[in-house]
Amino acid sequence: MAEHLLLRHRDIPDIHRLEVYRAHGGFEAFRQAVTGMDPDQVTAEVKKSGLRGRGGAGFPTGLKWSFMDKRNWPHYVVANADESEPGTFKDREIMERNPFQFLEGVAIAAYAVGAERAYIYLRGEFWPVARWLDEKIAEMEAAGLLGDRLFGTDYSLRIYTHLGAGAYICGEETALLESLEGKRGQPRVRPPFPPQQGLWGKPTVVNNVETLTNVPLIIQRGADWYRTIGTEQSPGPKVFSLSGRVKRPGNYELPLGTTFRELIYEHGGGIIDDRPIKAIMAAGASSSLMVATDEALDTPMDYENPQKVGGLLGSASVIVLDDTVNIAWLVKKTVHFFKHESCGKCTPCREGTYWMDKLTQRIAAGQATRADVETLYSVAQQIRGKTLCALGEFSTMAVVTGIERFRDDFDAMVQ
Amino acid sequence: MNAFYEQHRDEIEAILAKYPPEHKRSAMLPLLYLVQREFGGHIPPEGMRIVAEILDVSVTEVDGVVGFYTLFHDRPGGRYRIQVCTDLPCALRGAEKFLHDLEDALGIKAGETTPDGLISLEEVMCIAACDKAPVFQVQTPEGLTYHENMDLEKALALVESWRQAQASTPAAEE
Ligand SMILES: Cc1cc2nc3c(=O)[nH]c(=O)nc-3n(C[C@H](O)[C@H](O)[C@H](O)COP(=O)(O)O)c2cc1C
Ligand code: SF4
Ligand code: FES
Repeated sequence: MAEHLLLRHRDIPDIHRLEVYRAHGGFEAFRQAVTGMDPDQVTAEVKKSGLRGRGGAGFPTGLKWSFMDKRNWPHYVVANADESEPGTFKDREIMERNPFQFLEGVAIAAYAVGAERAYIYLRGEFWPVARWLDEKIAEMEAAGLLGDRLFGTDYSLRIYTHLGAGAYICGEETALLESLEGKRGQPRVRPPFPPQQGLWGKPTVVNNVETLTNVPLIIQRGADWYRTIGTEQSPGPKVFSLSGRVKRPGNYELPLGTTFRELIYEHGGGIIDDRPIKAIMAAGASSSLMVATDEALDTPMDYENPQKVGGLLGSASVIVLDDTVNIAWLVKKTVHFFKHESCGKCTPCREGTYWMDKLTQRIAAGQATRADVETLYSVAQQIRGKTLCALGEFSTMAVVTGIERFRDDFDAMVQ
Repeated sequence: MNAFYEQHRDEIEAILAKYPPEHKRSAMLPLLYLVQREFGGHIPPEGMRIVAEILDVSVTEVDGVVGFYTLFHDRPGGRYRIQVCTDLPCALRGAEKFLHDLEDALGIKAGETTPDGLISLEEVMCIAACDKAPVFQVQTPEGLTYHENMDLEKALALVESWRQAQASTPAAEE
C-alpha cells in the first residue's frame, strides 16, 4: 500500500497532535511560504500542480485563487466543511484525524490571496468537529503559527470556525456565504462570483476541505512531484467515500484515475453476498445512474472519463447498487432528499421537486400508472436548465437516467 | 441591552468577537444555538427577540432564519432528540428497518415525543457517516453526539442510561 498523503493518520495515528505533525514536517510549508515566497508564487505553484477542487466541480484551484480582485480589500478564505451530499464522509475523517494538515492548507491559501481572516464553515451536525478544530486552532495560536506578525514578517492571520444549522443547500458556495452572514442559506445570483464579491461583498475564495488539505504537500514537495500522482488532467490523490451494497464501505485514498472496479472489488471487497452489481452513483445522491457494465467498471475515476459512460465524478462519493435494489424505490429516496433540501428560492426547483416527490412515492407504492412515469420524466426535464443553482439539476439526475436506463424497474411497479 | 445579554455577557462577547463589528449579524447562528441551549432545547418568541435585539435586526428576520434550518426548533421536543439517518446510503444498509424497530421499542413514531418528554424520535437526511449505518445523532440543548454502527440493543441501552440519569437528578429545570 502506498503512503497516505491526505489520510496520513492511517500511517501516523498521532498526527492530530501538534508536536507529532511538526515532527513529520508539519507547518514547514506554511513557514516556507510566508518567509520565502511571494503570495503570487504560491498561487503559481498550486496552478502548476494541476490541483482541482474536490468539492464536486473539479475547478482548478490555483486559477480560482488568481481571480481574486486585487482592487477590493480585505480578502477572505472560507473552507467549505458543509459535507452534506448523501454518500460523502471524507472531509469529516480528514478534520477529525488529520486536522493540522487541513488547517495548514487553510493558512497557506489565506497567505496566497492576502487574507488575514479565514472561516471554516461546518455543517451544524459537525458540532463536535468544530469544538475539536477550535482546540487545534488555539494550539496553533499558542505555538505562534497563527496570530499577529507571523514568523517575524508583517503577515497576520486568524482562523475561525462557524457552524451551520442543518441545510444541505449551505454547501453551495453562495448559499454558504449568505448563511455565514447570518441569513437564510439561499444561493445568490451569479455573476458576481465569490472571488469578485463574496463574504460581506469582499473577494473570497471558497474551497473544499480536501482541496485545502492537498495544498501543504504541493508547497512542501513541489508541483512536479505532485503531478507524478494521478493523471495528466486530474493530478493528485483523492479520497473516495464508498458506500451502499459493498462488503467494506469506507474512505479509500487512491490516485485519481483508479478504476471503479479496483475501488469496489479490491478495496471495498466486492458486493454483499457476492451478488451481481447493477449500477453505480459516483457523485452521491446528485449522480446519474451508471449502468455497471464491464466498460463502466474499467473506467478511470477522474474528472474526464466517467462522462463517457454516462456518469460524473463530482464529490467522488461512490454509492454501489446491486440487483436487490429497485431503481423506482431509489429514485423515490433521492427525490425526497432534494424536495426536503430545496431552498425554495426558484419555482422550477421548489415546485418540480414537490411534484416529483408525489409521483415517485405513488410509483414506489405501486399505485401509479405508466402515464405517471411519463409525467415524472417530463417534470424532471422541465426543471433542467431553469434553476438558479445546481441543486435543481441534481434532483433530476437519478430520475432521468433511472427511467432511461432502468425502465423495467418502473414498469414492474405500475399498473 | 437585555437581561439575557447581561447574564451571558462573556459567552456572547466571545461569539461576537469572531466577526468584524460592522458585520455582527454573522453571529446569528451561534447566538441562536446559545439561546436554544438556555431555553432547554427550543427557541421561543422571547429567544428570537433577544437575538434580534443583540444584532439590531427585526424579529421577523430572526424567525425566518430559525425556520430555515433543521437544527433549530421553534417548539419544545424531547430532552434527547434521536435523529436517525434513513437517507439512501444508510437505507441500502438497513436503516429503515432499524428506525421501525426503534419506533416499536420506544412506542412512538418518528416525529413524536415520549409522554415523559425525555425522547423525540426524528428521521434525518445524510449525516456523513454512511459507512457506519445504522447511525443516529442525538441532539440535546447542549450539543450533539454521533452514534455509529448501531443496533436496537445498543440504542436501547443508551436510552436506559438517560432514563437513569434523569431519575437521579432531582427535578430537572423544565
Ligand atoms: C447544492 C450544492 C451543494 C454543495 N455542497 C458542497 C459541500 O457540501 N461541500 C463542498 O465542498 N462543496 C459543495 N458544493 C460545491 C461548492 O459550491 C463549491 O463549488 C466548492 O465548495 C468549491 O470548492 P473546491 O473548488 O475546492 O471544490 C455544493 C454545490 C451545490 C450546487
Ligand atoms: S435550484 Fe433549488 S436550491 Fe437552488 S436556488 Fe433554486 S430553489 Fe434554491
Ligand atoms: S446516508 Fe446516512 S449517514 Fe449518509
